[in-house]
Amino acid sequence: MAPTTPQEPGLSAVPSYEEQQSQARFDALINDDSRVEPRDWMPEPYRKTLTRQVSQHAHSEIIGMQPEANWITRAPSLKRKSILMAKVQDEAGHGLYLYSAAETLGTDRDELNDQLLTGRAKYSSIFNYPARTWADMGAIGWLVDGAAIANQVPLCRASYGPYGRAMVRICKEESFHQRQGFEILLSLSRGTEAQKKMAQEAINRFYEPSLMMFGPPDDQSPNSAQSMAWKIKRFSNDELRQRFVGMIEEQVKVLGMTLPDPDLHFDEEKKQWIHKDLNWDEFMNVIKGNGPANAQRLEHRRKAHREGAWVREAATAYAAKQEQSEVA
Amino acid sequence: MSQKSNWPLWEVFVRSSRGLSHVHAGSLHAPDKEMALRNARDLYTRRNEGISLWVVLSTDIITSDPDSKDAFFESPQGKDYRHATYYKASEGVKHL
Ligand SMILES: [Fe+2]
Ligand SMILES: [Fe+2]
Repeated sequence: MAPTTPQEPGLSAVPSYEEQQSQARFDALINDDSRVEPRDWMPEPYRKTLTRQVSQHAHSEIIGMQPEANWITRAPSLKRKSILMAKVQDEAGHGLYLYSAAETLGTDRDELNDQLLTGRAKYSSIFNYPARTWADMGAIGWLVDGAAIANQVPLCRASYGPYGRAMVRICKEESFHQRQGFEILLSLSRGTEAQKKMAQEAINRFYEPSLMMFGPPDDQSPNSAQSMAWKIKRFSNDELRQRFVGMIEEQVKVLGMTLPDPDLHFDEEKKQWIHKDLNWDEFMNVIKGNGPANAQRLEHRRKAHREGAWVREAATAYAAKQEQSEVA
Repeated sequence: MSQKSNWPLWEVFVRSSRGLSHVHAGSLHAPDKEMALRNARDLYTRRNEGISLWVVLSTDIITSDPDSKDAFFESPQGKDYRHATYYKASEGVKHL
């Protein structure tokens, strides 16, 4: 494995002696499976890649609160409301852990926030699908959080220390998210015909988008190889997708439901799952901002930020006043 | 479009139970120390992770220079006689 040398425009083509030394130290950390920490020297492309990945991840957690927050008032029992609120609160926490990690790379919080609010930053396309029924709360927990977990567990070992540590905290909290979702579907699967139908339709809606959460196929994912060489990623998109589809294929049987993929099977010869072709044109379209709920999600986030302005101002003013009276 | 808040960064330390030290949990932004503590509680102890919290302004923490770490931590190198494992002759002697 060979971590690349920085090739930023404007940098001298010949690295200085100090740069070579720093690069060698960085390469050794990566090779030894050690961790890079905030104040270590790191190649600019590594810093940029991580800042992009960690902040996109943070934005996804923050935007990801919306589809479920929408259902808190309509949850069918007080218990379900409490569970959903706890989950949405966790996602807010995940966003904050990740913003903190991103900040250690040198971009401050206000800037990261601005990137999201102005639409310059991307976030996971899955959150641009609307949550139409209560059963979607089940499908989202089971499939969307499930796919997120499959993605995130290997990230606990990411080569950048603060990112790995944030992921450890997040993964601990995620497991309840997937279970509560699965149990929503399980309750519905034991209910009336209408409830069963609602559960099946929710699974049908979220199956494909959840498989696409792992990103494009390996041969169309240009940055993956570099991320793996830097040990940010540990497994390729397709490897993770394979692992996930194998798990849910088993789990769906417990629900007595089906995945909307009749030809899904394990190919013994190739030793891999063969699933339906995924609609990557749609995926790219949603990423570009043309998904069913993109505009709504961003506008909601902007509105929340706007409407919270007076709270931030009051808190800032109060802090200033306290400081003055302490000095006096 | 968004007003900058520029709230300072605080480092959060959590004591998970009596008898253990406070351990660094992460960081957060807050306008003042009181809000920092409250936010730290909401962010880092949602599942009984702590019975005591410290918040410290990040800018108040003094750190060693990562670039000079080899020189800075040099003195223990080559002093393996500071470890019990250095003393081989007494191996096998009971309760020693
Ligand atoms: Fe999350
Ligand atoms: Fe989650």
